[in-house]
Amino acid sequence: MAFGLSEEQRLFDTSLRGLLAARVTQAARQAAAEAGREGAGDAALWAALTELGLPGLLLPEAAGGAGLGLADAALAAEALGYHAAPTPFLGSAVLAPLALLRLGDPAARAEWLPALAAGRMRVAFALGAIAGGTGPCTLRWDGERLSGEVAPLVEAAGATHALLALPAGGMALLALDAPGVALRPRPGLDRLRPLAALTLSEAPARRLPGDARPVLDAGRVVLAAETLGAARAMLDQAVAYAGQRRQFGRVIASFQGVKHVCAEMAAWLEPCQAFLRHAAAAQDAAPDAAPDTAPDTRDAEARMLACQIKAHADEVGRDVARHATEVHGGMGFTELLGLPFWFKRIAGNRQLLGGPERCREEAAMAQGLAA
Amino acid sequence: MDLGLSERHRALQAAARDFIARFGHLSPPVGGGGGRKRPDRKALDWQALLIEHGFAARAVPRRYGGYGAEPDVFEAAIITEEFNRAGISLGIQGQGIRMLVPTLLEVGTEAQRERWIGPTIRGEVIWAQGYSEPEAGSDLAALRTQARLEDGQFIVNGQKIWTSSAHFADMMFLLCRTEPDRPKHLGISYLLLSMDSPGIEVRPLPTMTGHATFNEVFFTDVRVPADQIVLGRGEGWRVANVTLKHERMLLGDASKLMHRLHRLQALLAETRVEGRPLLASPVWRDRLMRLQGEVLAAKYHQMRLLGEAARGEESGLGLLVVKYYGSTLAWRLAALAVDALGEAGLVYDPHDDLAEDDAATAWYADWMYDLGLIIGGGSSNIQKNIIAERGLGMPREPKLQGGA
Repeated sequence: MAFGLSEEQRLFDTSLRGLLAARVTQAARQAAAEAGREGAGDAALWAALTELGLPGLLLPEAAGGAGLGLADAALAAEALGYHAAPTPFLGSAVLAPLALLRLGDPAARAEWLPALAAGRMRVAFALGAIAGGTGPCTLRWDGERLSGEVAPLVEAAGATHALLALPAGGMALLALDAPGVALRPRPGLDRLRPLAALTLSEAPARRLPGDARPVLDAGRVVLAAETLGAARAMLDQAVAYAGQRRQFGRVIASFQGVKHVCAEMAAWLEPCQAFLRHAAAAQDAAPDAAPDTAPDTRDAEARMLACQIKAHADEVGRDVARHATEVHGGMGFTELLGLPFWFKRIAGNRQLLGGPERCREEAAMAQGLAA
Repeated sequence: MDLGLSERHRALQAAARDFIARFGHLSPPVGGGGGRKRPDRKALDWQALLIEHGFAARAVPRRYGGYGAEPDVFEAAIITEEFNRAGISLGIQGQGIRMLVPTLLEVGTEAQRERWIGPTIRGEVIWAQGYSEPEAGSDLAALRTQARLEDGQFIVNGQKIWTSSAHFADMMFLLCRTEPDRPKHLGISYLLLSMDSPGIEVRPLPTMTGHATFNEVFFTDVRVPADQIVLGRGEGWRVANVTLKHERMLLGDASKLMHRLHRLQALLAETRVEGRPLLASPVWRDRLMRLQGEVLAAKYHQMRLLGEAARGEESGLGLLVVKYYGSTLAWRLAALAVDALGEAGLVYDPHDDLAEDDAATAWYADWMYDLGLIIGGGSSNIQKNIIAERGLGMPREPKLQGGA
């Protein structure tokens, strides 16, 4: 029951947070936001994160990765969320590696894992087909070619590949520079995470057959981690701001109306941390975390925990985002302090890979409470 | 999933399951919301059996009548979880056992431990807590009940309120002002007194639950031997904080939340409307699942805190949020249950012993009693001050003149 961090995790966390604190300034977020849908995020930041081993976190050492688990990926996501970092992570460092490890054949792994670990391959994703997506998804195979449309494609800016869930089951991985691929960039609510709409006409793609849900589960845990990191940052900023802002001759942090809201945010957030760590560890402990294990041996509890931590983080995140903004008063509503970056990151994460209602229903199914 | 349970803890888990299988049928019925009457013969026998096998008074040293195991927060959590899962009584849970005994172990004299701990853990001596007063609730240190020392005895005068179990208790641990000239926190002493003392009057205080849970207690020249003080004169606030620390953990108990969640799920599965169980409806299912997420957070958070306590680490903010989070969540779990019971659940027929109540009455009693727990033991608004000030480092409200 080690809810604390190991020495290695502590060191990793410290160096990642140090790097992010130094590089992800308000100006860097602003610049990435202005580059918008045409921008590729912060290339220098991605290079630095690659240097630290982030893209290869979950990949085996033989492929140039670090051979770590989802607990470590969740730790990284918390830090990225805390700093509202303008960088891809979920698609390239979590979903694509796991999809290839769990569903890909040896040839696919040999082809792509080293490129992923080296940070050369950046993977946008669209998993709406298996996660209750509300966008269009008409993807279908025609031999080894894929046709149809899907939206939104997430982490699309600067992406070289796309990981797609298909309505008929399984996943597909394709290169975005392949013939038959039309990518239409779209600005996102979270301007640090631009979107795209994807139209394919007989585009060559690689099949990743089998049960894609374990990949989805892992993604949900990582999104929850990012949301909780972002929410913690908003609480910290609210407490700091309230300690400086003076009204009626005193700092507003001394007013009970302000204190109680901050206390409530802390009371919602603080218990989430151990829940998150446990949900991430359960993914690592689930039977099919090892490749080539039949999907029906999947640990139902690990799925339930993944669904529940996502739903719970979404709810807590929404409340914290709202109240932390309110503590800042009018300043919270403006872009002057940059608070909307965190607000929109939390708001966006809530909808990705299934919102809380969807996740709770899947949690009920994993427990045999719903058909 | 038992991530990382040690061999020793696994062995204890197995021993608890074995004990429950062998002796579970001897357990008295489980009621919520604290004791409402003296433990009967069955409850006393069960308590003796629990102590003998190390499932009650586990970390109380043998020389005081306990089982004598090393204190281990994980062991306590494992036992609680196994017994709650099986719906088996964890034994007598009064304030004497859960609050006074740890306090005496920490700061009592050898003579006090020898005299009180044994009879208390066996359930022979029942204690009431004499803390709150009509004018000293959230601001407990403002208490006015006085005790003056006269011929080797304290003479107590004043009034206490919200004293649960005072109507059948043998003893009381009492906070009173013995040093009226000193600053308010430094003028308080912690006395142990017999409820049979002349000059004590107990009046029941009816609450919204309809159960006789609380009392007012009036003291007129009540005599207490001078050696029945814990620590010294003026050190009562320190003693009380030892006790309150134990209470804050008790009121946020995550295993209680898990147990209640299981009962709630069973209720939604059993309750049928138009031939369908409520659980088959996405609306009810979503409400249950949302609460489950919050309970899971409480569960793993408690495990984290237990681990930190076992390693001797300070939990800070993590510990401060427990009472507020747990007590409000317990109430919301009961709130879903009363919604599920619907209009048929409105028949409300409380008995003296909550364990004898029917299901609907029990859920409504929990629901109302838990509102009391949100208020008692440091109300939710005081908890939020504590979280903000001690946990987040936000400044105190400026003091009004004369508020000392």
